[in-house]
Amino acid sequence: MENNSPTAASGKIPFWRDVRVLRILFQVIFLLGVILLLTLLYTNMLKGLRGLGLTLNLNFLQDEAGFGISEGIAYNPSDTYFKAFWVGVLNTLKVSIIGIVCATLMGLFFGIARLSSNWLIRTIAAAYVECFRNVPLLLQILFWYTAVVGQLPKVRESISVFGGAFINNRGIYLPSPEPASGLNTWLWFLGAGLLLAVILYIVRWRQLQQLDRPGFRAKWALPAFLIVAFCGWFLTPGRPFTLDLPALQGFNYQGGMRFTPEFSALLVALSIYTSAFIAEIVRSGIQSVVKGQREAARAVGLKEGQTLRLVILPQAIPIIVPPLTSQYLNLAKNSSLAVAIGFPDLVSVGNTMMTQTGQAIPVFAMIMVSYLIISLTTSAAMNWYNSWITRIGR
Amino acid sequence: MEDQELTQEIKPPTNTKGAARWLKDNLFDTWYNAILTCLALVCLFFALKGFLTWAFTEAEWDVIPANFRLFMVGSYPQEQIWRVWNAIYILSALMGLSAGLWGGLVFRFAVALSGVWFISALLPVELSTRGWCLGAIAMIAVSFFLGRGRTGLRPWILGGWILSFPVIMVVLRGFGENGVLTSNWGGLLLTLILAVVGIVVSFPLGVFLALCRQSDLPAIRWVSTTYIETVRGVPLITILFMGNVLIPIFMPGLDINQVLRMMFGITFFSAAYMAENVRGGLQGIPRGQHEAAQAVGLNYVQTTLFIVLPQALRSVIPAIVGQFIALFKDTSLVAIIGLIDLLGVARSIINNPDWLGLQAEVYLFAAVIYFIFCYAMSYASQDVETGLGIGHI
Repeated sequence: MENNSPTAASGKIPFWRDVRVLRILFQVIFLLGVILLLTLLYTNMLKGLRGLGLTLNLNFLQDEAGFGISEGIAYNPSDTYFKAFWVGVLNTLKVSIIGIVCATLMGLFFGIARLSSNWLIRTIAAAYVECFRNVPLLLQILFWYTAVVGQLPKVRESISVFGGAFINNRGIYLPSPEPASGLNTWLWFLGAGLLLAVILYIVRWRQLQQLDRPGFRAKWALPAFLIVAFCGWFLTPGRPFTLDLPALQGFNYQGGMRFTPEFSALLVALSIYTSAFIAEIVRSGIQSVVKGQREAARAVGLKEGQTLRLVILPQAIPIIVPPLTSQYLNLAKNSSLAVAIGFPDLVSVGNTMMTQTGQAIPVFAMIMVSYLIISLTTSAAMNWYNSWITRIGR
Repeated sequence: MEDQELTQEIKPPTNTKGAARWLKDNLFDTWYNAILTCLALVCLFFALKGFLTWAFTEAEWDVIPANFRLFMVGSYPQEQIWRVWNAIYILSALMGLSAGLWGGLVFRFAVALSGVWFISALLPVELSTRGWCLGAIAMIAVSFFLGRGRTGLRPWILGGWILSFPVIMVVLRGFGENGVLTSNWGGLLLTLILAVVGIVVSFPLGVFLALCRQSDLPAIRWVSTTYIETVRGVPLITILFMGNVLIPIFMPGLDINQVLRMMFGITFFSAAYMAENVRGGLQGIPRGQHEAAQAVGLNYVQTTLFIVLPQALRSVIPAIVGQFIALFKDTSLVAIIGLIDLLGVARSIINNPDWLGLQAEVYLFAAVIYFIFCYAMSYASQDVETGLGIGHI
């Protein structure tokens, strides 16, 4: 009491009891602690690296990689490490993008099926979701790779789908469109169709604005474009595309598009696993729109389709998009499990680089930066989509 | 009076619910539903027929009983197996006591566990194993009757659960050279250890990180946010590789074994996701709660522990359990690094020349085990949710 009275009299608080000072002091001590820890790790790292006889730089990226990569863009072992890493990045992007499209479609299907009024459909969809999301993805990838794709018949006994596509244990072979002589002419038709579609879209939009009622703006534009494109296909002298059919030559199929067993297994597992989560997101998103909204929409005379498009979805999509985005990011990150079956994605290629050069830290940094860029781009795209779709709904 | 007469006059419709009525309401109420039902039935028929034909005629299930020990405990030495059983008995006793004290969900789990032991005892296993299994059932039953109705014991049992974690670790490891090295831990045992360690450590760490991220001190907020976002931006497998490769580089003096390195990786990874889930709950707490707590004179620690966290965590139980399930599944990634967990055992059996070509059987068995654990967790979460009335508007 005696100690405190002089300070109390002068209206000053001692600095060790002043919250404003303490806040700053506490943060400074905390930051010092963090910096100390990082410095400790850094010096340890330098010591550890010296013990291994390595220096920390990125020069090794210019060296010859010297290892083969089984699929991806054109590459050969005499290319640089940087090129090898780039092949890995593109492979990751390829499987992620195709996987996201497939998972979204399947997830939508099963999510809507879970809300079906049909008991059987509802139950099958629920069983699908529970089965696939409660089993580790890695196990599913290994299952598809060794127990399904690996058990496909040999090349000579390939399963043929309508004589155009072939499935065997070396991969899946699909016919691929090849540009032909008529392509340029057909592109002119497409351009004209697009122009017409834009005009019709604007006309319809104006009309709807004048009528002041909701409607499908592309109602005229879409069929017009399709008709022009379709007619153009047949009016063009020579076909715009020819189909390149895979054909058995020697020991394997040549031509067409080939999906390797690794890619197929990874794609199937990723799509199915993620679709189970997306189905749950879609279901809970649609269910979160209160019942009264649907009933009110029916009461003012909107049709079933209009109710869904104009009332339910605009309210459900803002709820669905954020968790959907994180599922997309999960899919991209989960594609790194490819390393278990030897699909050369960026982690897999990065690992090979690490074992060959011993440059673990720069390679990890490159992997992290790559995923960071993928994550940020995906988030940005989904945020843009979200704001766009919510603006349309209003 | 009139109202009452009216309610009495209007009888509920006669109960027309029968099998036929149910079929008509749920499967054939409209023409397109009828078509859908038929299509689904056809698909289901062929899928089930294909699967059952395979399962009962082609599949060679011998591989499962022959490698059952491997699946469960990996290369844990036979003469030390009593350690595992001791750990199981400790857990069984706690489970039985809790079932007696709390009933409800815990009771159902205790019954299910006893069922598992009973079935295990019926399987063609060694006599000693049968004895251990029946002993476990007896343990659950005895402790159930001991605990029933003695509500005074509740805090002790909770303490016992917390204490059981280090005790079991010591029991499983033993001491020095006479014990079992962690490199010999394997199978489902290793999966469960990794998952439990991950859950037990990453949960408080995640709460701490979330509180840091919500702090009004910028330095702490930035460091926490950087950590969370960096970890969330990277796949787990990269973190595990990093743990494997970088921990020896960053800490050259320490000899940290591989199991421990994987535990570090899984825990630090999961903590970042946990923090995001908890943050969701923290953001849902109205400002007034903090202010009211301050007004009655609680300091920051008291406000956080007694006012904010109980409400915040309650509201995000589903998300947290979802993260636990994800962590449990993610432990399978250590198989890539080279540990022999449940999935690692499955892989090693498939590569064993004695059991070539049995991938489907082995992986299906492992999948069923993973499924049971994940499903049990999500079942428990739903039960707790309905108990607390979360998620109902």
